[in-house]
Amino acid sequence: MTTLTSTAGPARLARLTLLHTRYQLLETVRVPIAVIGNLVFPALALAFFVLPQRAVAADPVAATQAVSQLALFAVISTCIFTYGVGVAEDRAQPFDSYVRTLPGGPVPRLGGRLLTGGVFSLVSLLPLVAIGALFTSASISPVRLVAGVVMVLLGALPFLFGGLAIGYALTFKAALPVAQVVLFPMAFLGGLFLPPQMFPGWLDTLSGFVPTRAARDVLVHVTTGSGATVFDVVMLVAWTVVLAALAVTAYRRDEGRRFH
Amino acid sequence: MTTTREAVPQGDRDADRDADRDRSTDLRVVTLDGVTRRFGETVALDDVSLEVRAGELVGLLGPNGAGKTTLISLVNGLRRPDSGTVRLFGGDPRDPSSRTRLGTTPQESGLPPTLRVGEVVDFVGRHFPDPIPTGELLEMFGIADLVRRQTGGLSGGQRRRLAVALSLAGRPDLVLLDEPTTGLDVDARHALWQALREYHARGGTIVLTSHYLEEVQALAERVVVVDHGRVLADDTLDAILGRVGLRRVTLRLPDDAAPAAWGPSVTQHHRTPDGTHELLTADADQLVRELVGAGLPFRDLTIQGATLEEAFLALTTTTRGTVA
Repeated sequence: MTTLTSTAGPARLARLTLLHTRYQLLETVRVPIAVIGNLVFPALALAFFVLPQRAVAADPVAATQAVSQLALFAVISTCIFTYGVGVAEDRAQPFDSYVRTLPGGPVPRLGGRLLTGGVFSLVSLLPLVAIGALFTSASISPVRLVAGVVMVLLGALPFLFGGLAIGYALTFKAALPVAQVVLFPMAFLGGLFLPPQMFPGWLDTLSGFVPTRAARDVLVHVTTGSGATVFDVVMLVAWTVVLAALAVTAYRRDEGRRFH
Repeated sequence: MTTTREAVPQGDRDADRDADRDRSTDLRVVTLDGVTRRFGETVALDDVSLEVRAGELVGLLGPNGAGKTTLISLVNGLRRPDSGTVRLFGGDPRDPSSRTRLGTTPQESGLPPTLRVGEVVDFVGRHFPDPIPTGELLEMFGIADLVRRQTGGLSGGQRRRLAVALSLAGRPDLVLLDEPTTGLDVDARHALWQALREYHARGGTIVLTSHYLEEVQALAERVVVVDHGRVLADDTLDAILGRVGLRRVTLRLPDDAAPAAWGPSVTQHHRTPDGTHELLTADADQLVRELVGAGLPFRDLTIQGATLEEAFLALTTTTRGTVA
C-alpha cells in the first residue's frame, strides 16, 4: 500500500502538462529563428506565388482557397518539423533522457509537445490570414474563419502523428531528410501549392489517396462551402488512425539514446 | 503504512522507519534479479543480481563499457531488461510512481542551454510532491549566485554541480549518480563530495558509478566491481581496496639474474623485450624487502600505483569463476 496518491490523478497530470508546455515554449522562443522560419515561409509563398496571379488573388473563392491551402501547409510543416525533427533532436539530448527518469510519465511530455505545436501552428496562421485579408479578394465569414482554423488543426492530425512517428523512430540526422522528403511531395500531391483542378486526371486520382488532399478538400469545403466528398473524410480518418498507431509504436519502442 | 517523509526530524524518521517498515521488503531500495540486457551482439549485462538497501552508499566501479551505465538505466526506468526483473522501491522502475523517491542526474551534465539555472531547478522540482526550494538547493551546492544565468553559459564545473543538485531536488530516498565528478577540479570535486556525504548522513541512499578509483574510495562504503556485464566483486570498500589496491613495480635485471619464480606477493609478472620486468603486487614494501633480501642486482626500480585497468585485470583473473 502506498500513500503517494499525488503521483497520479488527472489534476497532477494537467499541472505537469502545463509545466512542460511552459518550458518548451520558453526554450523555443529563446531561439527565435526557429519560430520565424515557420512564420515566414508560407507567408512568402502566398506573397510570391498567389498575389501576382490576379486571376486567383482577385477572385474571392480562388483566393480563399489559396489561403486555405497555404494555411494547411503552414500547420503541416510545423507538425512535421516540430514533432518529427524536433522530437528526434530532443531524443539525442542527455536532458531528454533525464526528463524521462523524472516521475512524470509520457502524458506531460507528449501533452506539452502537442500544446506547444498547437500554439506555434496558430501563430503560423496569423501572417497568412493577414496577407489574405489585406491583399487578396479572399472573403470569409467569421463563423467559417473559426471553423476553418479548427479544421486546419484537425486536418493536420495525420501529420502530427506522422511527425511523432518519424521523431521517435529515427535519429536526428535521418529525421531531417525524411521530414523534407515527406513534406514537399505530400504538399504538392495534396494540392497545397497548385489547386487540384489543375492536375491531369491520373495525378488527381493518385492525389485522392494522400492525407494532404483529403485534409485540403475538407478544409476548402469548410472555408468556401464546397469541394469535399465523403471519401475525403474517410481517407482523413483512416490516415489519422494508421499514423497514430505508428506513432504509438515508435514511442513505445524508443528508449532514448542508443548504445549506452 | 506511510512512505511520505516531509520535514520529519531525523530521529523521528528513523524511529518511523524502524517501526513501520517491514525490514524484509521495504529496506530493499533496488533489486536486480538475474538481469540480462543486450544491445545487438553486445551483452551489456549478463545475468546480474544485486540488492541495494536503504541508507547504503554503493560505488559501482568498472572501466568504460563495463555495463555500469546500462545498469543505471535499468534502475531509473529508461530501459527494460531482456530477461530478469528490476525493482525500485518494490515497484517497476518504468512506472512513474515508482520514481517519486528517486533522484538522477542528466548524463554528461546535458542541460537545456537556453533555460536559466533557476528555471531548470523549478522545472525538475515541480515533478515531485515536496521539492527543496530553488534557492536552498543551489546554496547547498554553492551555486546560488548563478540562478539567473542560462545553463549554456555555465562552466563545465558549474554545470556538473547543477546536474548533481538536480538529483536532490525532489528530496529523494535514493540517488543514482553516473560519473558525478568526472572532469571537475579538486576543489569543486571535494565540495560535491561534501554535499553528497551530508545527504547520505541524513539517511539518503546513494548509488554512484565511476571508473575513477579515488571517487569511489572517497565516498563509497560498499563497492560493486563490474566488468564485461558481470559483477566481479561485491564487498565493503576496505575489502575491495585490499584486492585492487595494487602497485606496479618495474625494475631491470641482467638476463642471468632473473629468478625462476617470484614470491607470493607478486600477482602478475611481465617481462618486456628490453629486459624490464613489470610486477604487480598488493604489497610493494614487502616485495622490495624480498628483492633486497634475495640479493638481486636490480636497477632503475620504480613503484607506481597500478592503473585501474591493471587492477581490474588482476581482479578478473583472480576472481572470475569464484565470485562471478
